[in-house]
Amino acid sequence: MSLNALWEFANPRKFIATTDRVLPWVAWAAALMLVAGLVWGFFFTPDDFRQGSTVKIIYLHVPSALMAINAWLMMLVTSLVWIVRRHHVSALAARAAAPVGMVMTLVALATGALWGQPMWGTWWAWDPRLTSFLILFLFYLGYIALWEAIENDDTAADLTSILCLVGSVFALLSRYAVNFWNQGLHQGASLSLDKQENVADVFWYPLLATIAGFVLLFVALVLMRTRTEIRARRMRALLARERMQA
Amino acid sequence: MIPDLGKYAVPVLASYGVSLLLIAGLVWASLRRSDRVRRALEDVETRRKSNG
Repeated sequence: MSLNALWEFANPRKFIATTDRVLPWVAWAAALMLVAGLVWGFFFTPDDFRQGSTVKIIYLHVPSALMAINAWLMMLVTSLVWIVRRHHVSALAARAAAPVGMVMTLVALATGALWGQPMWGTWWAWDPRLTSFLILFLFYLGYIALWEAIENDDTAADLTSILCLVGSVFALLSRYAVNFWNQGLHQGASLSLDKQENVADVFWYPLLATIAGFVLLFVALVLMRTRTEIRARRMRALLARERMQA
Repeated sequence: MIPDLGKYAVPVLASYGVSLLLIAGLVWASLRRSDRVRRALEDVETRRKSNG
């Protein structure tokens, strides 16, 4: 598929027609991978020699944290497409992704606190990664609130796109905070191409399955929610036309 | 059935409980809104067609 063909999906009708076919497959694949990964990780992996059974939290914490950051990066790309090419579907896709990213951030923060208490002896610390993640969560809330607060769709898309650009700093900081500031409680990356740094294979494979499940779940939810936003926008336009004709 | 989680049973089970609840809530809210908006749009389009 050429890059030009990709722009066809900026047409709302084409987007809805294509996702009609794709969405059920993605949703079922997400459910399958999530169940397989979580069952594998929870029931069929051993305890870690240092962390005991708390290592099972990794199958929720790492994929959700990964998606929290990548959801914002996806919003950044679609917001840039809106700013440059003014395609409504891309702005609506960013709007659709925000609640999904917010929930992923909340899951990462909650599982992090529940994991941190027995391992670090505290639910929370003002550690660089934890703090930048909390700020990312607040940015998600602000982004969603801004969309809701502005009546005109195009103005809302413009302003939220700018907010998204600013928030991207914290999305990247939350990923690289451990590398920037060599302090705090949070460890470095659990996933690495470096064999020495990476988690052991027995945890790594089910973790890959849950990551795939979370990615597919994100795609399914964003596709479904974008369709909803497209329909809601069309409804607002039709109702406005009715009011003008009355 | 549930593996022996030892002294960390509470944080592990709470992590799974909270996460699955949040994700299920997100999926439910997304499905519900999708259904409501689709029906509302159908109503508006039907009304416009019947009004000519």
